[in-house]
Amino acid sequence: MGLKEDVQNTLGELALDFLECQGDLSVTVPKDKIVDALTKLRDDLGFDFLSDVFGVDNSAFYEKLAKAKAKKKKGEEDKKEEEPQGPPPPRFEVIYLLLSLETNRRLAVKVKVPEDDLVVDSVTSLWRAADWPEREVFDMFGIKFKGHHNLKRLLMWDEFPAHPLRKDYPLEGQGEERIMEYNDND
Amino acid sequence: MEVRRPTIEDWDNPGDIVTINIGPSHPAMHGTLRVIAQTDGETIVSAEPEIGYLHRGVEKLGEHLTYHQFIPLTDRLNYCSAITNNVSYEMAVEKLMGIKIPEKAEVIRMIMMELARIADHIVCIGILGVDLGAFTPFFYLFIQREEIYEIFEWYNGARLTNTFGRIGGVEADLPEDFEERWKKLVPNLRKAIDETDKLLTHNRIWMDRTIGVTPFFPEDALNWGFTGPCLRACGVKRDLRKDEPYCFYDQVDFEIPVGKHGDVFDRYIVRMIEMEESIKIIDQAIKIYKEFPPDAPLMAKVPKIIKPPVGEVYHAIEAPNGELGFWVKSDGSDKPYRIKIRPPCYMVYQAFPELVQGEMIADLIACLSSLNIIAGELDR
Amino acid sequence: MAFQAYGGEGWLLTKLEQLINWGRKRSPWPLPYGTACCGIEMMAALASGYDLARFGAERPSFSPRQADVLIQAGTITKKMVPVFKRIYDQMAEPKWVISMGACACSGGVFRTYSTLQGIDLVVPVDVYVPGCPPRPEGLIYALLKLIEKIEKDHPLRKKAAEIGIGG
Repeated sequence: MGLKEDVQNTLGELALDFLECQGDLSVTVPKDKIVDALTKLRDDLGFDFLSDVFGVDNSAFYEKLAKAKAKKKKGEEDKKEEEPQGPPPPRFEVIYLLLSLETNRRLAVKVKVPEDDLVVDSVTSLWRAADWPEREVFDMFGIKFKGHHNLKRLLMWDEFPAHPLRKDYPLEGQGEERIMEYNDND
Repeated sequence: MEVRRPTIEDWDNPGDIVTINIGPSHPAMHGTLRVIAQTDGETIVSAEPEIGYLHRGVEKLGEHLTYHQFIPLTDRLNYCSAITNNVSYEMAVEKLMGIKIPEKAEVIRMIMMELARIADHIVCIGILGVDLGAFTPFFYLFIQREEIYEIFEWYNGARLTNTFGRIGGVEADLPEDFEERWKKLVPNLRKAIDETDKLLTHNRIWMDRTIGVTPFFPEDALNWGFTGPCLRACGVKRDLRKDEPYCFYDQVDFEIPVGKHGDVFDRYIVRMIEMEESIKIIDQAIKIYKEFPPDAPLMAKVPKIIKPPVGEVYHAIEAPNGELGFWVKSDGSDKPYRIKIRPPCYMVYQAFPELVQGEMIADLIACLSSLNIIAGELDR
Repeated sequence: MAFQAYGGEGWLLTKLEQLINWGRKRSPWPLPYGTACCGIEMMAALASGYDLARFGAERPSFSPRQADVLIQAGTITKKMVPVFKRIYDQMAEPKWVISMGACACSGGVFRTYSTLQGIDLVVPVDVYVPGCPPRPEGLIYALLKLIEKIEKDHPLRKKAAEIGIGG
């Protein structure tokens, strides 16, 4: 596709991986180079509109893949080579949806965030539209954004103890309640 | 128009600043919005919005329901125009599965979406009038909204939260007397819009309260991620119905109204003209609809239990408020892995502190009303 | 006469109570607390199509101090609970609550971590209106049921019981 070649040429080494699905293209870039990558895409390729920023918790996805692989392996017991167990894949990913206003092309830029290093550079210096979406990713997943001017919880109340959209948080919650003390004598 | 926004250094006496808490239970806060405003007299120094009072966990709930069971939940996002949310989600899942729906279903979807657009703009303009003290247009316009509800009920059974459409098409054909009902509704609707126009547009008080209130530059609007009528009021001609056409929008003729200054008056005028354009679109769409035979298929061949292939897609349509998009990731099972909803008024509301800085408290209320913030969509 | 009143029965007490109930039931001023989709149907009920004002709900007041009936239309989330309770506490006696919609009655479709599963966990409710959203006629029926409930109320006996007199 023309878009894939353009992105490959613009990003060069920064483009780690591509994923195409039903006409949508997404490219993975390293976590610490996200601001550079997005700046290149904005200035050289014309992706000047940020549609959305959000996070995904891939732990259940990888578990399912691992189970499917294990099942397949069981069925092929005559294979003698053992694949070495690599490090577990990074649990979270943060996805940036870009749009080019002139050519109306869309691109998704992904960043993989491992569980032991939950910090990503903030892109609010490039687009102010990333302000609240990054706060929401912090609220829902716990990923911090370096350089964000006001990283507080957005949708849940400030003292909420957990991060709801993670896969290990139950749907019906853990019984948290918001207790507010009003001081009427002030 | 030159606009220089005052900053806190302009104030001689920062000690005079009073913190006012507006909401979350307040007549002018549409539902559950809260604004913590710091004012010097009546002028606003800073206004910080707080959201999340209607966060119901829709995205997490979607991970535990099947694809079909999620459609009623999308109704409750932008509840003023529920049909647009349904169609947007269905189109995203259809894109993920790679199925193409029959053309008659596309025309029906287009007709119902434009009706929902008229209904949403009626609510926005009516409530904008109520917040500024003009009660009459609200009553006149809401009678027409009741007529539109009658059409929805005749088609679907529900007035407000119609779970319209299925993944793969629509559930039923338009009723036989749809055209007569529509022809009876159009003159009344045009009359109500006309009366609202006569009452408000050249009204001295309305013009004084809305012209020049919270203008916005187009570059700032694009940087903040604005879409929809708020962006078009700033002067940028962007509409997903023309830029990334879907359904039959590339075969009907309609204009996109564009404002000049991005103030409250421009947003109001853009919505009024969009209502008129929607009426034109529906008239043309009914002509296209009549060319299909009565027994044309309405649903594509979709299995009973939907299991899309592993993958992730994003699809967006032009909702009455702006670009409403769904990002759906599937892991091959019958429940979605992750659904992300891109609400249009989310991006608009985060620019609120910059919009109202330096204005008066009454202008804050006017601006908030004109942005058409729907809490169900904002907080999900 | 005094013996009749404090005894909790008697013609005078009953007639006085009927007079008070007649005054109260003819003008239940609502506090339209609309948070979500049911708020739009409540607005439709207050508009001219299904006029709620003809049943006495003439002045929708957003200030709790001046309202009699709190019509809760929409979901209450856990973040909103302290605010909601505070609004209810600020209303003056006598006060009633109509819980409109499935979300207000029992959490509705949203059985999640952030939604309160019914406002009767926080405030006492008088009339429940099921539906998602209920039709405006449903809200009108609820108001009529509430008026019936007010008619059968015993304000003076309750007051007497509060003060601690009577048998």
